[in-house]
Amino acid sequence: MAALSALLRRDIRLAARVGGGALMGVLFFLIVVAMVPFALGPDLALLARTGPAILWVGALLASLLALDRLFAADHEDGSLDLILMGRAPLELAVAAKALAHWLTTGVPLVIAAPLLGLFLNLAPAAIGAVALTLLVGTPALTCIGLIGAALAVALRRGGLLVPVLVLPLTVPVLIFGVAASNAALAGPVPFGTPFTVLVALTLASVVVGPFAAAAALRHGLD
Amino acid sequence: MRVSASNLACVRGGREIFRNVNFSLSSGQVLAVVGPNGAGKSSLLRVVAGLLRLESGRLDLEGGDPELTIPEQAHYLGHQDALKAALSVAENLAFWAGYLGTGPAAGDEALEAVGLAAIPDLPAGYLSAGQRRRLSIARLVAVRRPIWLLDEAAAALDQAAQVRLIDLMRAHLASGGLILAATHAPLGLDGVQELRLGNG
Repeated sequence: MAALSALLRRDIRLAARVGGGALMGVLFFLIVVAMVPFALGPDLALLARTGPAILWVGALLASLLALDRLFAADHEDGSLDLILMGRAPLELAVAAKALAHWLTTGVPLVIAAPLLGLFLNLAPAAIGAVALTLLVGTPALTCIGLIGAALAVALRRGGLLVPVLVLPLTVPVLIFGVAASNAALAGPVPFGTPFTVLVALTLASVVVGPFAAAAALRHGLD
Repeated sequence: MRVSASNLACVRGGREIFRNVNFSLSSGQVLAVVGPNGAGKSSLLRVVAGLLRLESGRLDLEGGDPELTIPEQAHYLGHQDALKAALSVAENLAFWAGYLGTGPAAGDEALEAVGLAAIPDLPAGYLSAGQRRRLSIARLVAVRRPIWLLDEAAAALDQAAQVRLIDLMRAHLASGGLILAATHAPLGLDGVQELRLGNG
C-alpha cells in the first residue's frame, strides 16, 4: 500500500508541477466549448438543446490529451522498468496511475463543466445532470484510455495511435452519458435508465482497464 | 543466497543475442559481465531483472525470501536513471524509496553516501549526467535489496564518485549481497568472477 500511495502522490505532484495534465485539459475543454456558439450561431434554444452533447464531446477530447504520456514518460526515463520490478502487483500500480490521472485531468473537467454549461445556456437541472454524468463517466474514459496508453508503449507507437485506439471504445460511454443528461433535461426516458447503464460501463472499465493495461505492459517487455 | 542461470538464451527483434549462458553467483560474490558492444551484456542483466523475456533456459534462486521473485529482490541500475526532471533530488529518492519499499537506511543517509546531501532541493532536471547517476545509485543505498544488477554503473562518474561506488559495492558484498555488473572497465573489487559474452 505504501508503494501505491507513493506512486499516486508522485504522479499527482508531477501533473501539478509540470502544469501539463490538469490545466491543459481544462483549457482545451474551454476552447472547444467556447468555439461552438460561434459555429452554431446565437440560437439560445439550439445551444441549450445541444449543450450536453457539446460538453460531453469536449470533455472526451480533453481527457484524451494527456493520455499518451501516461506510460510513455515513465517508459522513456526508465521508471517503467523499476515499476515493473516493484513488489506491488502491476495491476494495482497501473490502477494507482489511473487514479492519479483521473484526479488530475478528469476531476478538473467535472468542476469546469457547470461553468461552461452557463456558456451554452443550459438550464440548472441540465447543468447538474451533465456534471453528475461526467463525474460518473470520466473514470471510464480514463480506464479505457489506460489500455490504449499501455498498448502504445508496448507497440512503440506514440501520438496518434492512442486516440485512434481509444475513441471507438469510448462511444458507449458517450452515448449513455449524453442520453442521461438529455433525459434529465427533456425526458421522455427517466434519468435513471441511461444513468444506470453509464454506471455499469464505468464499473466494468474500472475493473477491466488495469488488468488489460498491465497485460499489455508485460507483453511489451523488451 | 544464490542465483544460478543455466543455458540462458535471449532473442530480440528476431535476432539471437546470446545462448548457452551459465553462471552461478552466491552471497558476497561479484560477477562481471564483459564483452564487446552488442554482445548482450545489458540484455543479460535485463533478463535477470525480469524485463526481457527468456527464450530458453532457467534462472533459479536459492535462499532469500521464498515469497519473492528474483526481480522483486533486485535493484536494477540501467542506462536510464529513472528520474523525473520536475521533482527535486530528495523527492525523486523519496519516491523510489517509498515505491520499492523503504529499507533501514533513510533518504538523507543515502544522499550523504553518494555526495548529494548538499542539494536535496534542486530539481533533478538541473543535475549533470554524473550527478544523475549518483542519485540513482542512492536508490540502491536507501532500499536494501540483496541482488544488484549494475549496467555500466560507473559511467559518467568522476574519480571520487567511482571510489565511493566501490566502497558501496564492497559494503553490499560484506553484508551478504551479490552483484551482477555489466562493465567495460575493471570494477575495482577483489575476487571478481568474469563472464565473457560474444566472440572474444
